[in-house]
Amino acid sequence: MLSLSKHLYRHSQFNEAVEMLRQAQHDGSYGLLKYILSDSPLPLTLAGATCLFVLTVENLTKSYTSGGRTLTVLESVSFALQAQDTFAIVGPSGSGKTTLLGLCAGLDRASSGSVSLNGIVLDNLNEDQRAAVRNEHVGFIFQNFQLLPTLTALENVLVPLELRGVRNGTRTAEELLERVGLAGRGHHYPTQLSGGEQQRVSLARAFVNRPKILFADEPTGNLDADTSARVVELLFELNREAGTTLVLVTHDLELAARTQRIVRIKGGAMLSDTRTAPAAVSSSATL
Amino acid sequence: MSNGPLPSARPALSWLWRMAWRDSRRSRSRLLLFVSAIVLGIAALVGIRGFGDNLSRSIDEQARELVGADLVLSGSAPFDSTLAPTLRQLGQNRSDEVAFASLVQFPKGQGVRLAQIKALNGSFPYYGEWLTEPAAAVTDFRQAMTSREQVALVDDALLVQFAARPGDSIRVGRLTFRIAGRVRKTPGQSGFSAAVAPTVFIPSQFLPATGLMQRGSRVQYRTYYQFAPGTDVEAVVKRLEARLDKVNINSDTVAERKRQTGRSFTDLTRFLNLVAFVALLLGCVGVASAVSLYVREKVASVAILRCLGASGSQAMLIYLVQIAAMGLVGATIGAALGTAVQLLLPRLFAGFLPVTVAVAVSWSAVAQGLVTGVVVAVLFALLPLLSIRRVSPLRTLRAAYEEDTARPDPLRVVVYGLIVLFITGFAYLQTREWKQAVSFAGGLLVTFFVLAGLGQGLRLLVRRFYPTSWSYVWRQGLANLYRPNNQTLLLTVSIGLGVFLMATLSLLQGLLLSRVQISASDGQPNMVLFDIQPAQRAGVTQLLTSRKLPILQQVPVVTMRLAAINGQRTADLKKDTTNGLSKGALSREYRVTYRNKLISSETLAEGLAPYLPPDGTPRISVDTDFLRRMKLRLGDTLTFNVQGAPLATIIGGTRTVDWTRVQTNFQVVFPAGVLEPAPQFLVLMTRVPNNTVLGAVQRDLVQNFPNVSAIDLGLVLQTLDDILSKISFVIQFMAFFSIATGLVVVVSSVIVSRYQRVQESVLLRTLGASRRQILRITLVEYALLGLLAAVAGLVLAVGAAWALAYFLFEVPFLPAVGPLLVLAAVTTTLTALIGLFNSRDVLTRPPLEVLRGEA
Repeated sequence: MLSLSKHLYRHSQFNEAVEMLRQAQHDGSYGLLKYILSDSPLPLTLAGATCLFVLTVENLTKSYTSGGRTLTVLESVSFALQAQDTFAIVGPSGSGKTTLLGLCAGLDRASSGSVSLNGIVLDNLNEDQRAAVRNEHVGFIFQNFQLLPTLTALENVLVPLELRGVRNGTRTAEELLERVGLAGRGHHYPTQLSGGEQQRVSLARAFVNRPKILFADEPTGNLDADTSARVVELLFELNREAGTTLVLVTHDLELAARTQRIVRIKGGAMLSDTRTAPAAVSSSATL
Repeated sequence: MSNGPLPSARPALSWLWRMAWRDSRRSRSRLLLFVSAIVLGIAALVGIRGFGDNLSRSIDEQARELVGADLVLSGSAPFDSTLAPTLRQLGQNRSDEVAFASLVQFPKGQGVRLAQIKALNGSFPYYGEWLTEPAAAVTDFRQAMTSREQVALVDDALLVQFAARPGDSIRVGRLTFRIAGRVRKTPGQSGFSAAVAPTVFIPSQFLPATGLMQRGSRVQYRTYYQFAPGTDVEAVVKRLEARLDKVNINSDTVAERKRQTGRSFTDLTRFLNLVAFVALLLGCVGVASAVSLYVREKVASVAILRCLGASGSQAMLIYLVQIAAMGLVGATIGAALGTAVQLLLPRLFAGFLPVTVAVAVSWSAVAQGLVTGVVVAVLFALLPLLSIRRVSPLRTLRAAYEEDTARPDPLRVVVYGLIVLFITGFAYLQTREWKQAVSFAGGLLVTFFVLAGLGQGLRLLVRRFYPTSWSYVWRQGLANLYRPNNQTLLLTVSIGLGVFLMATLSLLQGLLLSRVQISASDGQPNMVLFDIQPAQRAGVTQLLTSRKLPILQQVPVVTMRLAAINGQRTADLKKDTTNGLSKGALSREYRVTYRNKLISSETLAEGLAPYLPPDGTPRISVDTDFLRRMKLRLGDTLTFNVQGAPLATIIGGTRTVDWTRVQTNFQVVFPAGVLEPAPQFLVLMTRVPNNTVLGAVQRDLVQNFPNVSAIDLGLVLQTLDDILSKISFVIQFMAFFSIATGLVVVVSSVIVSRYQRVQESVLLRTLGASRRQILRITLVEYALLGLLAAVAGLVLAVGAAWALAYFLFEVPFLPAVGPLLVLAAVTTTLTALIGLFNSRDVLTRPPLEVLRGEA
């Protein structure tokens, strides 16, 4: 397919190229696309291409050198996500899925390969610049909630807004807390809240800056089944309302099945990239 | 490839403050504990500085009263008659004073004591109050100057000693005076000098009749002048200076006195300031170590903030703001405490000070204390805080993520530079000498690196020679020294530096006090008779032997001045400001003896004992310190003016003199056979068994040889001892601040380190370790750390004290081992105890609570 596309491209006109781009975008084969464009004679830049995706990952490799030995935890992973996609990365413990999430969210640097978030290539940004990108475009949900223990629930939700320089965010934050069912609990400290409540605070925090993309790392890993169900419900609802792209890391296949697309990784390599049945998406709404 | 637009919105500065405020809510008391380490240092600084400010202001205000006149001329001989017409024309008013030491007697109680006699005319003091009881006594005294009434004013101390009161009589030489009043305070005289040599004032016209003035007696002549207001006295002195110098008349003006008094007390306050600074630095070490552990606790929160989009420097600033605010709180408490200390200090120093120190809050000292407090808190907290900038947001996903610390941080180098600069700068402000300031900072730096090296070395050693065959408890305790998250380096440096500073200070204190200690053992003379004229020698000896008193020493004394060194006249040497010779040493009067051998308090350093070779030029022996100070060498020629006659000598040898021995010690000793014909007096030493005999001898002397003075060394030693204990109290009072701070630092370093071990101990307990095992593991770890740090600190302190003794004070150094061992034992025990105290949580709380992260 690769050689065919390349061949096609080389002998086509500009509109044909754009058409192909759309096609590639649709089935998420961005890695191939870039390969094709790399020796393009046309003034078609990668930036022009990446802005069509919220997240593009290509040939992402991460390895550590320890005691003279190199350990590769992630090898040549490529995919691209469109706006409003819901996407799950599944795999067993130690498969590299958390590493992948960290790289996608700009929390870490890849050994090679490239990541762009909402059209911004993260590869050459320094830590502070990536932090600014996260603040502007990214929301996070963690397995162990990661609320600031010294701040109240409301203050925790406010942090992303305040970091942006928004002065009157309290109203927005309170509305979100109400939305997650914690109206009136805003002045409580994290230790005064249950696990489910803490995760709901972190949901409110994740959505408060209207992110383009939301990363969730085992969001129900620390919760019991009932609490999990309610948190998951809220997560998908908020996601749909805000039109956010969702990247979910989990080893819970049932949870993963509620996304539109599942990437399986094992031993640092992508095993499969499958679309779930549209029915699964709609049925999740009724769950 | 181009990037999309990077977000540029930044939170307002106020957000940092808000976050700092919010974050501190739950750890404020702990933050305060961190900065409590600087409280005492700031208190000491503000106290000393405020006291110094008040003192120098008081000296400025009271300088005129300090002198009592606009100008004082003084000499050890009656002023040269060629100058008399010029001196008579000076100023508007003048008073002449002749001062010398003599025994005085209170006929009522038969008491005899050596006192300072001042024969006075004119209406000195012109400025300041002569405080007497009754107040009218001064008028009485002045009227007596023109009448024939024999009236005296006597210092309070003397009257108190002999239970005499105004109206009683006092015998001075051959005359008896009515005591018109007791003197509470004389301008220009501190309580201190009044205690050592209490004064009896008599009108000068009676002086000849007392019969106390003999040739060779040591007498000080002074004339006090009052000028018309607005006269430039300094200019007047400048015009006369050359002529006055020529006849050995010294001048003292108000401005000069201001400078001198100011300088001697500046030295004192500077030394105390350095002591205070040491306390502050100790506190800084405490701040740095406490903050570095605080930072470790905050890493998780920082990672979350980074994840949510805070920049590295924003995250750091949040905590920096907290520390700065707490530094301000600590400094404020310190400044308040320091102000209290400052109000207390004048009382502590009462008796030494020539002026009444105004007791006012020194706002400049308070401001300086506040600024210093915030600056040191921020500067020393920055070292650990800088690492916050590098906390990776990845920690939110992986708790055990370790940042790459291999990359050097340029900002850290800048902070180190600022700290070194700050310490050097501060030391310079105190000592005003770059060499000393740099050695002070350099010494601390070396200590720091040695301790850090030791901590690192210990880690490597334990790891390298890990005793696999030892018991589990020992292996676990030792392993704690090098495993991840160990606190070996931190505790070695902070405890070691604390011990080092404390021990150095205590050694230094011993050193300074031993310099002024006077050994008074049995068999030593305890009474000195001096001013014995050659003609009286037989009589005085007879007087002593009739009472069966031994004559322990009999020393002739000749007074002389230096006229030339290697042919260069001292008058010329004095003008040359570049040769580094002290004016005082060039113009002072030397009291010299003659003999051909050394005595028991002297040891030969170089050359030979004094001798008179056939060439007739005497080979003299000088004190080694004198040789060095005067920049002389063996074989140099010194020409002396022996009461008018020039006498050339050659330095034939040097001696070291133990000045603390009760002996008649001399800087210059002539050989026998040269000075015998010169005008001289004799000093005689004896030992009296008790005060009754002492009193009887003194009475006999006053009756038969009124010009001979007898010094009761017991009384002198006691007075000196009083003064020394006051000085040592002041030094100990200041050292207390350092020791207390050191304790706070040791305690807080260990307390904050508890976070490191709790988790682990709980795991061990869960796995079945007994309380006893956990306690013993902790004990091994902390006792080893405490011992290493204490021993290292002590060894360094001994080195530093030796260097100070050798290079700065130039005295032999023999450290008292006992207190050092005690300090080492106390530090080790304290470290281990606090370590154990910290693990009490592990033993009392259910492991589950800690494992669930709720601890």
